Amino acid sequence: MRREHTLPAVALTSILALWGLAVYVLDVPEYIVPSPLHVARTFVRDFGVIARNLVPTAVESLLGFTIGNLASIALATIFVHQKTVEQAFFPLAIIVRSIPIVAVAPILVLMLGNDMTPKVVIAGLICFFPTLVNMVKGLSSVNPQALELMKVLSASKTEIFFKLRLYNSLPYLFAALKIAASASVIGAIVGEWIGSTEGIGALIIQATYNFDTGLLYAAITAACIFSVGFTLVITAIERRVVKWSPEIG
Amino acid sequence: MTDTVSIDHVSVHFEQGTVTALDDVSFEIGRGGFLAILGPSGCGKSTLLRVVADLLDPSQGEVSLFGDPPAMARQRRDIGFVFQDAALLPWRTARENVDLPLEVGNGRELAKGGPSATDLLDLVGLGKWADSFPHQLSGGMRQRVSIARALVTAPKILLMDEPFGALDEITRDRLNEELLRIWRETQTTILFVTHSIQEALYLGQQVLVLASHPGRVREMVTPDLPQERALDVRETEGFVRQAAHLRAVLETC
Repeated sequence: MRREHTLPAVALTSILALWGLAVYVLDVPEYIVPSPLHVARTFVRDFGVIARNLVPTAVESLLGFTIGNLASIALATIFVHQKTVEQAFFPLAIIVRSIPIVAVAPILVLMLGNDMTPKVVIAGLICFFPTLVNMVKGLSSVNPQALELMKVLSASKTEIFFKLRLYNSLPYLFAALKIAASASVIGAIVGEWIGSTEGIGALIIQATYNFDTGLLYAAITAACIFSVGFTLVITAIERRVVKWSPEIG
Repeated sequence: MTDTVSIDHVSVHFEQGTVTALDDVSFEIGRGGFLAILGPSGCGKSTLLRVVADLLDPSQGEVSLFGDPPAMARQRRDIGFVFQDAALLPWRTARENVDLPLEVGNGRELAKGGPSATDLLDLVGLGKWADSFPHQLSGGMRQRVSIARALVTAPKILLMDEPFGALDEITRDRLNEELLRIWRETQTTILFVTHSIQEALYLGQQVLVLASHPGRVREMVTPDLPQERALDVRETEGFVRQAAHLRAVLETC
């Protein structure tokens, strides 16, 4: 084990130990804050319930992630090629971005019903704006001399896009995707808070109402593990794709 | 006419004619020549190269590259351009960077019979580094790759915009010497922009001195130096005298 792996592990273990100790010493009732051991036991005991509820949350966040990011990549591509469209819509996008998606969630549930759709839309919207901003920057911030070189070579717009802009945008894209991965999980859970019967979000609400803090914390842990796993997968893909930039990774 | 690069009364105005970058510039250079373009900043040296490369339309005047207008020469890949920044694509290896001009449009067809990327990397002394990425190379090596890239279409004219300006002096000297060798081996016509008197005099078979604000021709000098020059020619009395003359001309620019 390398130092950069062992140190965070030690830190995590210490925090968990401190938490357990505080709950024990201060004699905190279990329905207010459970001990880490109790959470772990509940996690194992109720693993079936947790796993069953993680599936819809995972599907919603993955779908939202895919759709939201594809949409923003497409829009960024249009922006870069149609300056007028960018000038008209980019400031608008910045304004829309500052609306807290979490606050819009109830509206979307009202509009789109109580199935998976509003959760996917919320997860997608959360991913959409960070990726859009980064992608526009990545596609347009090409080395001006490289652009002149492409003109000397009589390159078409398509060639400039696929040989220059797209590669240039990849480090920016992955920086956004890593944020979007965990954000999409948040979006799906928030969507499930509103009148859902399944999913980690629904489980969180039920467990809270029942003062079942063990299950509440276990559900959060499951969402956390999924979210971290998702981000790690994106990071692994980034390492394979973006090989040229030594400062990334 | 078909055997020269000729710039005929070229003027370039910017910002609706309020700024004049080049004012009535004319000169000619024969096939296989090496013209160093020397001038202070603001004399439109880079603008001039961009007009020749068809990156910029002149407001007045005409440019002919061996009888063709620049747009036609560009489409035929007769123009190679080396920028101040090597402008390599960081996701491509040295060899892939050199190959780029062939991958764009019908470059491969147009360059048929031209040198291969491997030959050119050997020519610039980077044969062993063909599979390295730009971030693994030094500044001087990156600039050599960009010279190889400019040569891969076997251009009739090579335009160089202060290519060694950002390099340290030792690297710069070495590349100056190598550029003369490359020029002799490829017999390409070279237009080389610089603001270094030493570099202009050492490299140029002719030196064009531009004055600034607006950019215009001050003097065309043909250095009295041997065809084959080693770096130590710069310590000879003749070189020093001519450098002093160029310095005096530049002071009036």
